[in-house]
Amino acid sequence: MTVAVDKTKCIGCGACVVECPVEALDLIDGLAVVDPKKCEDHGKCALVCPTNALAVVKKPSKPSDELNSEAGSKFNLKDPLPESVKDYAQDNNKKTIRSQVTPVAGGDVWSGVWVIIEYTNGKVAPVSWELLGEGRKLADAIGCGLSGVITGYQVENVIPEAFAYGAEKVYVIDHPILKDYRSEPYAEAITGLVKKYQPEIILMGATSMGRDVFPAIATKLQTGLTADCTVLGIDPETKLLQQTRPAFGGNIMATILCRTSRPQMATVRPRVMAMPERVDGRVGELIQEEFTLEEENFRTKILEFISSDARSAFLDKAEIIVAVGLGIAAKRNMVIAEELAEVLGGTIAGTRGAVEAGWLTHDQQVGQSGVTVRPKVYIAIGISGAIQHLVGMETSDFIIAINNDPEAAILKVANYGIVGDLFQVVPALTAEFKKRLQHGVAN
Amino acid sequence: MNFVVCLKQVPDTSEVRIDPATNTLMREGVPSIINPYDAHGLEEAIRLKEKVGGKVTIVSMGPPQAKDALKKAMTYGADRAILLSDRAFGGSDSLATAYILSMALQKIHETEPIDLVFAGKEAIDGDTAQTGPGIAQRLGFPQLTYVIKVRELTETTVTVERKTESGRQIVQAQLPALMTVEKELNDLRYATLPNMMKAATYEPEVWDVTSLPFDTKQMGLKGSPTSVSRIFAPPGRSGGEIMDAMNDPAGVAATVVQKIFQQNIIMVSPLAKGGKR
Repeated sequence: MTVAVDKTKCIGCGACVVECPVEALDLIDGLAVVDPKKCEDHGKCALVCPTNALAVVKKPSKPSDELNSEAGSKFNLKDPLPESVKDYAQDNNKKTIRSQVTPVAGGDVWSGVWVIIEYTNGKVAPVSWELLGEGRKLADAIGCGLSGVITGYQVENVIPEAFAYGAEKVYVIDHPILKDYRSEPYAEAITGLVKKYQPEIILMGATSMGRDVFPAIATKLQTGLTADCTVLGIDPETKLLQQTRPAFGGNIMATILCRTSRPQMATVRPRVMAMPERVDGRVGELIQEEFTLEEENFRTKILEFISSDARSAFLDKAEIIVAVGLGIAAKRNMVIAEELAEVLGGTIAGTRGAVEAGWLTHDQQVGQSGVTVRPKVYIAIGISGAIQHLVGMETSDFIIAINNDPEAAILKVANYGIVGDLFQVVPALTAEFKKRLQHGVAN
Repeated sequence: MNFVVCLKQVPDTSEVRIDPATNTLMREGVPSIINPYDAHGLEEAIRLKEKVGGKVTIVSMGPPQAKDALKKAMTYGADRAILLSDRAFGGSDSLATAYILSMALQKIHETEPIDLVFAGKEAIDGDTAQTGPGIAQRLGFPQLTYVIKVRELTETTVTVERKTESGRQIVQAQLPALMTVEKELNDLRYATLPNMMKAATYEPEVWDVTSLPFDTKQMGLKGSPTSVSRIFAPPGRSGGEIMDAMNDPAGVAATVVQKIFQQNIIMVSPLAKGGKR
């Protein structure tokens, strides 16, 4: 008797290897493999398997629900964790906390939700406020405080904003060395705060800055980090952050847990969380910390910053996007989309195919390997709707798609799917919009 | 100068799908490729070697079949390829992977001091963009992410252009340093016949868990703080109204625009201004 592995279902996530109380499982070439000599049919692997790839072949005398091969799908993170997992998590927790610096008096000792507020070139990245909104929900769910962290130079204007968007505490390090964003000093500054005050969860936008500084901080802290989350949840009992993110080019969503170390760190994509209400005049506790390192400690310097004036640089903030795919067939046909964008005051974007064809630049690309957008209106012209594109735009408020293939995947996500020849439909749309907008009549 | 390129063999993700009915990964017959961003890191390393002289070493971690990716990478003109492969490495998350790779780079650095390390900005299967910075931190090298141009390389410094949302940052770092690169950095070359012939007989070195003084507690599933608890197909968006405009494009366009205004999806006043931009 042994546990059987369905190799077509196994995704090599390794959950079973961690669960197995007798170390009978291993991952070999990305697939779970059972050592029949060690396996004692506990069935815990089958219970935890996210894809039901494991089954105990012959039922020994154990409660049947535990051994049901379908039981994996019933493993709900809201339920208390199985005993084996709890033990594992606890053991490792203790170990990790011991390995960290001793908590200081007044420190939170792995409690609280922190949002790192991105402030560069005099502007706050809006995702920072979105995350204070999301952080509020998480903090309420586990009954802890919500704090904002601001590192930079001359940041005093940002502090009241952080309170207005819901932070109860704001930690500030304000120093000339932090004037321009650089990985080293920012990582040092934030790591210092984390070690001292020990938050349970730290969030930051999955921007070029968040995705640069967070891996450095996570490595310094020796803790887990999940990039590019699109959904966050939390188990109130274990305080485990359920970090859901697209993987394999967006073809698969994976929920990641950081069971064995603290803090739990995640970067979150801009524009997937709702912007919280801004309440002017809200106040909270301000904690100012010194930055003790000198310029000689750092091995990088910023020589210049060339700001981009292209509209596409702000694609993720665009309200109306007119996007093109390979269906427009040639660069000279871009004019059809450009005229519509001009009439609507929209921004031009497109698929990877359109970028690779040379019709658009890489920073105009929407999708998994480009930008995630959530405009009020997304008009997809000649886009078939590959999954990599859909993940970057399907949370748009309203989608209009024009395609001549009635089977195109884009039509399945569109609020209005127009099956027709884009070379006729789009100019007709442009003319209609122009007529109404220029005359100022809505109906 | 001594250049090291971190390179990963990845499934061609555009072909990986999840079966929504059974919630399982359909990966049969998915081809493996060199992570596209890593290929641009390799290209830049080889260009710099051609300019200033030196050596390009490729380091990868993966199952034994990842040798194929290394052999392919050798055809572009690299000098040495090392594959870190051991069952003990399997299941590592980005923290553990960076640890394993950094140990290998440390070993190289001890005998042949490294000047520059290249990696792709992210791997297309995981898209985490964490392993590169993780390696830099562990080696104590400055990290330069999202590099779109190498402006200057001197004996002691490298100056690059980094891409950010609001513009390009020109950064100078002291060597040794690590950079993660975007595709805009360069155009890939084709393999030359002599290099292809050299690569055909080249056998990458394979290092396992006994090759270096690894701390096995920091690797594999148990050495990884993060783990996957669930996978599922992306939620589909419920479809809306489908309109056939094959016969009467102008009429359908008029209807759509009318509906859009009726529902206040687009409003007249702010957009009339926007249209003048």
